[in-house]
Amino acid sequence: MSLRSPLGRVLGLGSAKAGTDHWWAQRVSAVALIPLSLWFVISLLALPALDYSTVRAWLSFPLSGFLAVLLVAVLTYHSYLGTNEVIEDYVHAAGVKLFWLLLLRFLYVLVGGASIFAILRVAFGS
Amino acid sequence: MAEFSLPANSKVRKDGRVFKAPAGATNIRVFKIYRFDPDLAENPRLDSYEVDMDACGPMVLDALIKIKNEIDPTLSFRRSCREGICGSCAMNIDGKNGLACVSACADVKQDVKIYPLPHMPVIKDLVPDLTNFYAQYASIKPWLQTRTPAPPDSERMQTKEDQEKVDRPSACILCACCSTSCPSYWWNSDRYLGPAALLAAYRWIVDSRDEAAGERLDYLEDPFRLYRCHTIMNCTEACPKDLNPAKAIGEIKQMMAHRRH
Repeated sequence: MSLRSPLGRVLGLGSAKAGTDHWWAQRVSAVALIPLSLWFVISLLALPALDYSTVRAWLSFPLSGFLAVLLVAVLTYHSYLGTNEVIEDYVHAAGVKLFWLLLLRFLYVLVGGASIFAILRVAFGS
Repeated sequence: MAEFSLPANSKVRKDGRVFKAPAGATNIRVFKIYRFDPDLAENPRLDSYEVDMDACGPMVLDALIKIKNEIDPTLSFRRSCREGICGSCAMNIDGKNGLACVSACADVKQDVKIYPLPHMPVIKDLVPDLTNFYAQYASIKPWLQTRTPAPPDSERMQTKEDQEKVDRPSACILCACCSTSCPSYWWNSDRYLGPAALLAAYRWIVDSRDEAAGERLDYLEDPFRLYRCHTIMNCTEACPKDLNPAKAIGEIKQMMAHRRH
């Protein structure tokens, strides 16, 4: 029960003056994913075989390795932006929301970092 | 978390009352209507009314008025103009938000199910509490804001082309069909302004006579106030005036990007 006026509740804590960068980044990363995903699928289909040594040889080409790292980075970033939105849509309790927002950030750095590390390892050998 | 099922005290009971049509009626249609009485300590229920359509007007509102006048005077609903210009009789008819006065019973197959606007607090029966909805409309300052004084001997002039930009958005009747059809509004109506308020904001932002577009955009630039819209366009689908709130919101987002780049 609150005696605050309805307008007072709507005005709340004011505008965060944010959201536009997120909206823009989501669209830019989506556009970037179109050529990157096409390149990835077409390149894989064009390979003579899909065994480890063939893929490894393909990834050690500078352009292939670089684009593969780029694809994972943009994909991870785009997915992070999207799932962040899902949390904002559906999770309202402050504590639970903080937990998810933290978890997502850690998870995406972890997954993106591990994937890029794996690509580099395959590309550079060892 | 978002609510995917109704709270325990809002679950609709199955044992609604049934009102039979008078003997001799041949053209009978069943209206199943959501009933909630705040004075009774019980859950809402669905009452069935058999209406003789040979003695009833064609619109859903005609049937509601007939039910209230002749069958059950305890039924509550809002209505005024009966011609789609006041926005009072907005409700959920056959699963779609619309105005009862311009919705034909003949367009509904089988029983006509009528509920209040979705996900709003219910005051009684088909009457939702629109306090927050109106406060959101007030918050966007729906009036002309200028710093240039008006000409002393005439109105503020506007070209025909500029008038056309505000002509359609100005036709909004604030019935709330759009906002209450929007899942983002269901989950976040405390912070998301909803399509109706955003369409109203757009109407003033694009008005060539208004000089507060920047302040208006500042007010809207917020992850919740504006950017909860994910462009699913339920609002445009629901609008009984054939307006396009989704397009207006999209254009507001473009203006946000435009003033940065």
